[in-house]
Order: sequence, then C-alpha cells, then structure tokens
Amino acid sequence: MTIHIKAYLASAALIALTAITPAHAEVTLSFLIDNNPDTVAAAEALVEAYQKQTPDVTIEIEQRAGGGEGDNIIKTRLATGEMSDVFLYNSGSLLQALKPQQTLVDLSDVPAQAKVDQGFKSVVSADGKVYGVPFGTAMGGGIFYNRAIYQELGLSVPKTWAEFMANNEKIKAAGKVAVAQTYRDTWTSQLFVLADYYNVQAAVPNFAEDYTNNKAKYATTPAAMKGFDHLKEVHDAGLFNEDFGAASYDDGLRMVATGEAAHYPMLTFAIGALKQNYPENLADVGFFAQPGDDATKNGLTVWMPPAIYIPAASEKIEEAKKFANFVASVEGCKIMTAINTVQGPPLIDGCPLPADVPPAVTDMLPYFKTAGLTAPALEFVSPIKGPALEQITVEVGSGIRGPAEAAVLYDDDVRKQAKQLGLSNW
Amino acid sequence: MVQPRPRSQKSPCPLWFFLPAAVIYGVFFLAPTATSFWYSLTRWDLTTAEFIGLENFRQFFSEPFLVQSLVNTLIYAVMTSGLKTVCGLLLAVLLTGNIFARGFLRTVVFFPVLVSTIGIGITFTVMMHPTKGIINVALGALGIAGPGWLTNPSLALFSVALVDLWKGVGLATLIFIAGLAAISTDYYEAARIDGATRFQQFRRITLPLVRPATITVVTLSLIGGLRSFDLIWAMTRGGPGFSSDVVASVIYKQYQAGFYGLSTAGNVILFALIVAIILPLSLWFNRREVAQ
Amino acid sequence: MRHIRPYVTGGIALLFAAVVFILPFMFILIQAVKSKSEASRLSFSLPQEWLFWQNLIAVFKARDYQLLLAYFNSTLITVASVSILVILSAMVGYIMQRRRTPWNAVAQIALFMGLMMPPAVVPTIGLLQDLGLFKTIHGMVLIQVAYNLSFSTLLYRSFISTIPRDLDEAALIDGAKPWQIFFRVILPLLKPVTVTNIVVQSIAIFNDFTNPLYYLPGKENVTVQLTLYNFQSMYTSQYNLLFMNILLVTIPPLIVFIFFNRQIVAGMTAGAVKG
Repeated sequence: MTIHIKAYLASAALIALTAITPAHAEVTLSFLIDNNPDTVAAAEALVEAYQKQTPDVTIEIEQRAGGGEGDNIIKTRLATGEMSDVFLYNSGSLLQALKPQQTLVDLSDVPAQAKVDQGFKSVVSADGKVYGVPFGTAMGGGIFYNRAIYQELGLSVPKTWAEFMANNEKIKAAGKVAVAQTYRDTWTSQLFVLADYYNVQAAVPNFAEDYTNNKAKYATTPAAMKGFDHLKEVHDAGLFNEDFGAASYDDGLRMVATGEAAHYPMLTFAIGALKQNYPENLADVGFFAQPGDDATKNGLTVWMPPAIYIPAASEKIEEAKKFANFVASVEGCKIMTAINTVQGPPLIDGCPLPADVPPAVTDMLPYFKTAGLTAPALEFVSPIKGPALEQITVEVGSGIRGPAEAAVLYDDDVRKQAKQLGLSNW
Repeated sequence: MVQPRPRSQKSPCPLWFFLPAAVIYGVFFLAPTATSFWYSLTRWDLTTAEFIGLENFRQFFSEPFLVQSLVNTLIYAVMTSGLKTVCGLLLAVLLTGNIFARGFLRTVVFFPVLVSTIGIGITFTVMMHPTKGIINVALGALGIAGPGWLTNPSLALFSVALVDLWKGVGLATLIFIAGLAAISTDYYEAARIDGATRFQQFRRITLPLVRPATITVVTLSLIGGLRSFDLIWAMTRGGPGFSSDVVASVIYKQYQAGFYGLSTAGNVILFALIVAIILPLSLWFNRREVAQ
Repeated sequence: MRHIRPYVTGGIALLFAAVVFILPFMFILIQAVKSKSEASRLSFSLPQEWLFWQNLIAVFKARDYQLLLAYFNSTLITVASVSILVILSAMVGYIMQRRRTPWNAVAQIALFMGLMMPPAVVPTIGLLQDLGLFKTIHGMVLIQVAYNLSFSTLLYRSFISTIPRDLDEAALIDGAKPWQIFFRVILPLLKPVTVTNIVVQSIAIFNDFTNPLYYLPGKENVTVQLTLYNFQSMYTSQYNLLFMNILLVTIPPLIVFIFFNRQIVAGMTAGAVKG
C-alpha cells in the first residue's frame, strides 16, 4: 500500500513540477519571401542564425512569385487574413498600396530602429509611423558598363548624356553591342526612365509632390520626358543588341559581363546575380549613374531595399517583432552582407562593408559619400506608380510608340492607379 | 387499355435531380456572371465598391492599349477560326482518302489537342527565338532571313495564332472526318459516273453535306478564339508592349494591377462580344439550313 | 500508276505531318535530356550526353519537390471534379431527357450559357473569399464542376435518348425508388459515354491553366500547369530542366490517349455532327 502511495505522490509531484516550470512554448513563425535566389539565401541565413540564438522559435520560409503576380499575392493574402507572420515586400509606393495603417503592425518601437537610416524610414512610413525594417542594402539604378571595353577603346565614364552617346558611337564602330536591352523580361525596359529620376528632381525639385497631387505630368514636364526621349534615342541610333525583343535579364547580364555588350541599364541588385553566374568576369563590370545634361549634377537614383513587415492580423506579433529586430540589427546586417553580394551601402548605422566588394559597388560608394548626390527613386517619394510602365517602355524601346505619346499613356495609367488608391486631388 | 397512372405515384425522375447541379452551377457560375454587371460599373478593391457609372467602359473604348486589345481579340478569333475551318477540312479530306499510314497520321494530327497549352507555348516560344530558334535557323539555311516572330509587334499576334492553329486543327479535323463519314458514297458514285472532276465533287457534294460539321467547327473555334488566354499569356504575355494583348489578357493584367472594376468590365465586354457575334451567326446558319 | 498514288500522297503527307506535328515533340525530348549549356543553345542537335535521369531528378527536386506536390494536387482536383461532375451531370441529363417540365427550357439556356460565356473571374474570387473557399482545393473542385457541367450534361442528355424508356418503367413497377432506378439501372447503361466523359474531362481539367491561376494561387496549391509556368521564370537559363518539365507534363495525357483513343475521338465528336 505505502509503495503505491509513494509512487503516486512522486508522479504527482513530477507532473506538478512540469506544470509549474514555465513551459517554453515552441513558437513557429511563417516567413513569406519572394523566389529571387539572393533573397532566399539571405533569408535562410538569417533564419538559421536567429534559430540558433532563440532555440524555441522555428521559422518556416515560404516562397512566392515576384513581379506583378507577387504584388497580387501579397494584396490578396493580406485582404483575406492569410498572410504569414512575417513577410518581405517592397518599400515605397508598393507598400502604400497595401494600406499599411490598416493592415500592418507599427514597428516604430522596435529597438533596432534607432540605428536605421532616416531615408529608409521615410519610405516605410505612413502617417508618421514606421511599418518596416530594412532587408538588405540600398541599391542604385544606373548603367553597368564593361571596363575591359572602356579600357580597350580608351573611353572614360560619361558625366553627361552627350558623352554617353559619344561613347556609344565609338563602341558601335568597334563592332560591339553598345547597349543591351532584354525585353523578354519586360521590367528591365523601365530603367532608362526610372534611373533618370535623380536628374528629374535636380531640375524640378517639386516634381514628386506635384506629381502626387495631380499638378505635374510626365507629358508636360520636359525634364521627366527625358527618360522616354533617351530610350527612343538609343533605339533609333541602332545601339541595341539584335535580339533585344527576345533577350532575357540573364542574357543582359551575360552580355555586359563577358564583353559582348558595353552597357546594360540595370539596378545594382544584379551584382548578386553576376557574382553567382559570372564570377570570373565580376572585375570587368563597373557602374555609373545615368547621366543628365549637367556634368556638375551627376547623381545616383537610389532604390531602397525591401522590408520586413508584420500583418496586423498575425497571432504571433511579439515573436515576429523580435525577429524583425534581429534582421534590423548590426548582426543581422552583417549576416546579409556576408551572404549576399553587397549592392550598396547598408542602411544600419555601424554595419561594416566587407573588404572584397566588387568594382561595381566601389563605383557606387562615391555617390553616397558626398551629400546631395543621391536621390530616392520616384516610387519611394510618391505613392503612385502606374502598373503598365514596363509595357509602355517596351513600346518606346522597340520603336512602336513615340515618347510623347508614351508619356501621355503613362500619365493616364498613373491616373487610374491614383483613383484606385483613392487619392485626393484626382 | 392501360389505366392512367395515378398522380401520386413517383416519377422515375424527381425534380430534385436538378438540385445539386443547379446549386453548384448557380452559385459558382451564374451568380458571379450576374454580379459582374454591377461590379463593372464600380471602382472596386474587393472590399469596397464605388459606383462610377460607365467610366470603366469609357476607358476600354478610349485608352489606346485597351482598344487595341478589343481589335486584337476580333482579329485573333476570326483568324484562328478561319484557318482551323479551312485547314481542318482539307486535312480531313486528305485523311479520309486512300493514303498510306492514314491511322497514324490521324493520331499525329490530333495529339497536340491533348497536350498542355503552357507546354506548347513555351516550346514554340523557344523555337521562335529570333536568332537561335530552330525555325529561323532553318530558314537561314535556306537563305531566308527569318522575322522576329514574337518580337516584331506586327507579327506577334499572328505567330501566336499560328501556334493556336497547330494545336487546335486536330480537333477540327476530327469533327470534319466524322462529318465526311456521314456522307453516303452513292453521291460520289453518281457524280463520277456523270463525269464530275474531283474538284467539282468537292464543291457540289462535300461542302454542302458537311455543313453541320462546318457550323460546329466555326462556332466552337470562334468562341475559343474570343476567349483565348493560355497560349497568348504563355508566349508573349500580351507583348511586345501591348501588341498581342487580347481582352482575356487585359482582364488578367487589370486584375494583377488591382483594378478589379476595370477587370470585371473587361469580362462584361467579352460576354457582350461573344453574344454579339455568336448569336447572329447561329441564326444565320439556321436560316440558311431552313432555306436549303 | 493508280496503285502508287496513295503511297505518294501518303508519303508526302507523312513527311509534312512529321515535320509540322512531330518535330516540336522531338525538340522537347531532345532538349529535355541535354546538359544545361547544350540546351541553352536551343539548337536541334542530338545531345552529346544523355542526361535523362539527372534532369528528371533535378526537376523533381526543384523547390522542395514542388513538382510532386503539383502532381498530387492536379490529380486530386481532377479525380474529385470528374467524379462529382459525372454523377451530377448524368442526373440532369437524365431528367432533361425523360421528364417534360418547364425547367428543361431554363436548364437548356443556362447550359448553353456555360458553353459560351466566359466566367466572371474577379466576382468569383470575391465569392470564394466570402465562402472561405478561395485558394482551397475543394473550392477549385467546385469551380471545375460548375465550369464543365454544360458540356458534360449535354453529352449525357443526347446519349440517354438512346436508352429505351421501358427500362425505367419496368423498374418503377418493381417498386424501385427514383434514386435506385438512377444508380442501379440508368447509370450502368451509361458506361460507354461515362468513360468518354471521364477521359475528356480529365484531360481538360488536368491541362487547365487559367482557372488555377486565378483561384488557386499559393505554394501549397500548385498544380502541374502552374508549376510549369513558374518554372519558365525561375529557370531562365536552364532550358534542359524546363523542357524536362514540359515532357513530364505532356506524358499523362499521352498515356491516356494511348489507352482511350477511341473514347476521346467519340467524345470530341459527340453531338458535333448532329449540330
């Protein structure tokens, strides 16, 4: 009898003990990212490091498509309450389209935000609240160039558009492709227009505000039209690769890396892909900002990286916030710069750059070191970006439509977007 | 004399047999089609709908690339339908004649109908690459400079239509073969005795008597052509630019952009287009049949 | 001379058909077994190394065995949709053929609409969301049933007209209930057209791209066609894997075709010639 009672008491005590011990609840967070290989690699590294640090948290990564389809997926999942606990998405106007004040958690009080670059915070805020933390470094939009060709033909980096076109003529005369275009991936056609924004805002500082308030238009602002005009100019001068209509983003990278083409207008996130696919040619690839007409005002249009957001409907907000804090910390920044090729300066104060950055990155740094030589791209300072731009620019670049008409079309497209967003003044 | 059946006895087919199908069909097909008319008149973001009258339709008929998509849809539908009818009939005549390996040929012609449209789209896109694709390489070997099938804006829609023909002609051929088989050989015998040539036999006997099949092929391929999306999306995504956009791809693009009201307006326009074309066509076919 | 003509025309036709209809499939096969660098040249040359198994495994492994999940989903949707479709449409076809009711005219018009009209996608998405069926397999199954009901029902209706009424009557006199008559007497007699219907609908639903694109986004719900479409953007430089994927997607309908050739032909032409 006594033995039974003892056993009974012992097991009861054991059970009570386990009940009292704060049960370290195993938390699983879901993390939605796009399917870009760089993103995947960085996300996996961050998750691994975080899981090591906080063993009772598991993070499951889910991939989604990018581009327009990805935008759709994000919007729908937020609308239907099916969003994962943490998700990655663009900053700037695409974020505004999600109506962050209603759908996302305010992250202003996350400790790491103190060291986050102010410029970045401005593109993930709405109504004065910060909704995201940066995922990655800033990047620039401009023109990749093949340094070997430049050296061979004795060319120097152009500071004005006229110099750029002069270089192109010499390159074409030497039998190489001057400018690579890759319209199979329609989004790549937008660069000449979008990367020109530094020059637009240098000439017309109020453009973004007026544009958002329906006062300025692409079609009626000569400085803004320049992007479209340049695209037509380069097409008409016969500077494109022969198969520009069918070439893909991959082809463009290959051409500028191997010296088949001299220039490829692109965003610097391509450095990651270049490193992965053409590592031996990485030293041959340089970068410069899209030149305007004024050699003294030659600056870089900057794209802010995507950000981590937390949906308001999540059931694991506290845990998600801790992960977001990790991503925005110096440690998280270091992990990312170690995994992904650096494409620009980090946005976390105190995060060092690795010593072996490729020439394309070092080419970018001077723009950031001097004040006033960078400007965030239009999509970050204005919530409206027409979804049909990439098709319109394909038309201009293929010679189907003239720049004036294209600008009118784009303004129309922007109007649709503004109305859909419910902006006033439209 | 058989007693009249008492009313209370159950019929072998109770009315409720309609019910399950009617519920599913009504809820998932008829109801959205009905509500689409309302939503096409709004600016919609799936949660709130703001009434804007005919604004969406006005856009469809004024914005150049939306108008282009309407025109393209009509061109595409007429082209594919016409080509499928003509080629289908010719192939059917060939494949009902006395030729070697007839069964094998019929199988080969029909197989593309069963294959994934996306797979076919990708395959032909690769084959139509302007410099490396095997079509242009082969043409180059013959000394002809192959055009940019999918990169030349004036050709893109036409190229997709050709692939559509490749994929769909087998079905048209099959229907025509069935139609041809129904024509009694006596007619041909009589004609041959009268000294009619093959061509005259075709014109006077085959064509009229194969009418039911012709009507079917024309109607089915027109409807399919007007609604076509998969192939165009797989091959060009409506590009280059907007040159191969059709109403179905516009519906999808506007949906992706979040312009749900505009997208639904596209649906209504497609609906109207099909009614406007198929209904008169059916009436015309029936009237001619009566006249005959 | 006359004896040779069928062979000559046949020979020319064979050559033409081979080039036009068979060549693309050969291209798919060749590309699918090449190495990555060879495949990217997009030429019609024979592969230097035969990498069939390696490419096959690589494609299946891609993105965490997404293709396996896709096959599972596609098969599940196809089987479920076709099963429900067959029973429901046979029921409607039966009653439309056998019983004179004003509902028949209503049904007729409704069904013809289903054959012609494009479904209103965005309102359907809204509806599915409200019902909690958006992005679910069962939602997709119901959609497929709804969209394919017209063709299926009309197929059954025309076939049921060939079944003599006496059988119904006899069973009724024997005291059978309506649903018993339907399942025990009528449905078994419909076997030939049911086989045809199953085959035709299965191929159509398996190959369907547009509807899963709209109604079934999301990684857990990928279908075979969606995977192929996504592969296109993912593997821009790996044409060999892309074509292996195309090959894999093409195989199931090919197998079905080999076994059910007659039924497919019968199904496709059913009712077509009668107008």
